[in-house]
Amino acid sequence: MKVGAIFAIILVCAGCNQQTPGKKSFPFLQRYSANPSEKSDLVKLEGEDGQWIMPAKNYASTRFSGLNQIDAGNVKNLKVAWTFSTGSDRGEEAAPIVVNNTMYIVTPFPNTLYALDLTQPGAPAKWSYKPKDLNNSAKGVACCDWVNRGCVYANGKIFFNTLDGKTAAVNAQTGDEVWVAQVADINRGESITMAPLVVKNKVLVGDSGGEFGVRGSLTALDSETGKQVWKAYSTGPDKDCLIGPNFHPFYDSDKGQDLGVKTWPPDGWKIGGGTTWGWTSYDPALDLVYYGTGNPGPWNPEQRPGDNKWTCGMFARRPDTGEAVWAYQWSPHDLYDHDGINELVLLDLPINGQVRKVLVRPERNGYVYVLDRVTGQVLSANPFAFITTSTGVDLKTGRLKPVPEKAPGFGRVTRMICPPAPGAKDWEPSAYSPVTKLLYIPHANLCEDSEGVQANYIAGTPYVGSNVKMYAGPGGHRGEFDAWDPVAGKKIWSIKENFPVWSGAVATAGNVVFYGTMEGWFKAIDARSGQLLWQFKCGSGIIGQPVTFLGPDGKQYVSILSGVGGWAGAIVAGQLDPHDGTAALGFVNAMSDLPKATTKGGMLYTFALP
Amino acid sequence: MRYTGVGCRVSGVGAVLLALCGSCAKSTTPDSRPPTPARVLRVCADPNNLPYSNEKQQGFENAIASLIARDLNARVAYTWWPQRRGFVRQTLRRGDCDVIMGIPSNFEQALPTQSYYRSTYVFVSRFDRHLGITSFDDPRLKKLKVGVQMIGNDHVNSPPAHALAKRGIIDNVAGYTVYGDYRSQAPGRDIVDAVATGAVDIAVVWGPQAGYFARQEKVSLEIVPVSPQIDLPFLPFVFDISMGVRRGDNALRDQLDQEIEKRRTDIERILDQYGVPRV
Repeated sequence: MKVGAIFAIILVCAGCNQQTPGKKSFPFLQRYSANPSEKSDLVKLEGEDGQWIMPAKNYASTRFSGLNQIDAGNVKNLKVAWTFSTGSDRGEEAAPIVVNNTMYIVTPFPNTLYALDLTQPGAPAKWSYKPKDLNNSAKGVACCDWVNRGCVYANGKIFFNTLDGKTAAVNAQTGDEVWVAQVADINRGESITMAPLVVKNKVLVGDSGGEFGVRGSLTALDSETGKQVWKAYSTGPDKDCLIGPNFHPFYDSDKGQDLGVKTWPPDGWKIGGGTTWGWTSYDPALDLVYYGTGNPGPWNPEQRPGDNKWTCGMFARRPDTGEAVWAYQWSPHDLYDHDGINELVLLDLPINGQVRKVLVRPERNGYVYVLDRVTGQVLSANPFAFITTSTGVDLKTGRLKPVPEKAPGFGRVTRMICPPAPGAKDWEPSAYSPVTKLLYIPHANLCEDSEGVQANYIAGTPYVGSNVKMYAGPGGHRGEFDAWDPVAGKKIWSIKENFPVWSGAVATAGNVVFYGTMEGWFKAIDARSGQLLWQFKCGSGIIGQPVTFLGPDGKQYVSILSGVGGWAGAIVAGQLDPHDGTAALGFVNAMSDLPKATTKGGMLYTFALP
Repeated sequence: MRYTGVGCRVSGVGAVLLALCGSCAKSTTPDSRPPTPARVLRVCADPNNLPYSNEKQQGFENAIASLIARDLNARVAYTWWPQRRGFVRQTLRRGDCDVIMGIPSNFEQALPTQSYYRSTYVFVSRFDRHLGITSFDDPRLKKLKVGVQMIGNDHVNSPPAHALAKRGIIDNVAGYTVYGDYRSQAPGRDIVDAVATGAVDIAVVWGPQAGYFARQEKVSLEIVPVSPQIDLPFLPFVFDISMGVRRGDNALRDQLDQEIEKRRTDIERILDQYGVPRV
């Protein structure tokens, strides 16, 4: 069977050095060696293309599937197989996951987990799990809609986070609650929107809420009990950041004691931000987890001179202990809310004639970074978007080169700040195809002006801030979907989209790439040429993450959640006033026509060939 | 222009308010006129944000809402929602309520009534320190440990946070988020507690919170309006506060305006009871 053959190649397992004769192999996927300490079945499962057990598909976060029944030639015949309403009218950012002929989806708050039976016609719900004792104030606390980015499977359990700061483990068969752990404290402004990652029987959970003075951290919970194993803060003394004798950052500016304290005014780090609401990757061979940190808040930039470590950066850590091995900052002393939490795609790429273990990061600040994931060295950083706020990255020092005239400040007029606060690219994850060797990057083309003063009121306290308004960048389109060659560091092709592309991407061995638009078009693109091969108009705008899998019938399916919302879509999901351009931190100005293009409502669509 | 909290000393020239003390601050009058009024005054408020409002209706905004509702032969129905980002959107604009009891008079997201009080950011310090600081330009602010309220979106912050940063007062500043710890009975109180315990020498706090919480401390605190009132070119420390209705709801706005006129003395009395400094 054709699919089975591909399957065997992609299968990334202990000792899978043997190659299927006569078939193309994807060497980057074979870097995983048997790790004797790996007790979890995840390293095997993540390589099975019939299933999709974590939002990023695999630990390397490639979002690439070896399935090829649906290919560039026949994708035009794709039809809806079945649908499922989530009953939510908030932004649907989650990836559906598929394990053992069951699909699991998490809704926006109140974060209901549905299990859909793929063995039955129409995939009816087998059970649903509704988190108990939810704290409704989470709805008031969460910054940008009430989203959830998905659940993950491991060891017979489904793990997911709730907006009000909990992590839940649910029996994947029965839907029975196994444990619930309180990780973040909503009373202190901490919420959770990210999808956890399970590594070596530890559930890695990050927090949201930088704007509330949250001190960001990553927490590891025991997957069997929910008990905390370690917690690593993003700011503060080395002992809190789990920085010890084995910490060896590549750049001098990251070396020294307690930099998480010394790069702040005294005590500034205590409410320093650096939340961890994005993506986590894992390299089993190096035994390192990688994740990014959010912006420094709630201080004004003037009140926090210094690099504000370790905000707007990333860590490489040991999953067993949380111990930091290296760290790097994309944007030291961030001025733009450029949370450094985007996906980290782990690849082995030929760089200057030598195959290097790298991580590829399309970053909010507008550059695609290629870092040596062993050492943290920046190998290249090339712009994939229009940038006025910096002129590049100094490869000697690793530092971003800012443009001082574009620094926004209270009472100062600053125009054409590009990229603006959501960045050249926000959380929406890219996909990498080892067949085309291209990274497919969904992103935005936006700029912002910061001017004047706006009076506001929060928690009974009047305050003032700059009036921020975002708008389309050069060309007038607000979104792009790019194919990027990470070795050459250049764009191969680019599709312009009217609205910011706020959905994730998937690439397949059938040379098809899938993504969705905020109008609701779910699109299949030729992975080589960028040509539009097929599209389907879903009921609501798409800000979710596509996945592909094999049904019990052996057929390949593609699924996507439709349901507009999130920061970009808050104007629809939150019914913001299109005339109030400064709403959603200025995003509404750029999105005032979205309500005409789509309406809200969560619905899962699954497609198959006839 | 200063007054003190617990000690009830009113000093300075032209003290802006009467600090009634002792039995102050816990006086909500239950709305008990029988029979049940036909009309409902739908108010959106934070369930845990003294001195403004809480679920037990112990805040001054609760008291003023009850006062006005009685006049309108209405009962007050609350929709509780944390007053965070999106508060107006999630409550008033969604149609869950018709009035928010406190907004800045130049707030763009709602239609304001006439102002019913004007307060100011104030310096809060222990009376026994005799600091007497009245201005952001006092050189001692560069050396003392200064507490300040923080808001937390980019380039958006409390006016004193901007004012201190502008003067290079950075290394000796401690930030307290206006959100505080929501489990607490008074999430916004920690900055005033910090003055009382000596964790900071002086704090810059929005008047209503400063006045109310200062009275609850065991030590006597001094509260002094900051100066200047506006940091040029446009950083104000004094704000007019109105009630807010949905834009377009001019009828309710007009009615509330009349009530504010009619009940001005009663409103002043309530604000005094809660120690709200006015200018």
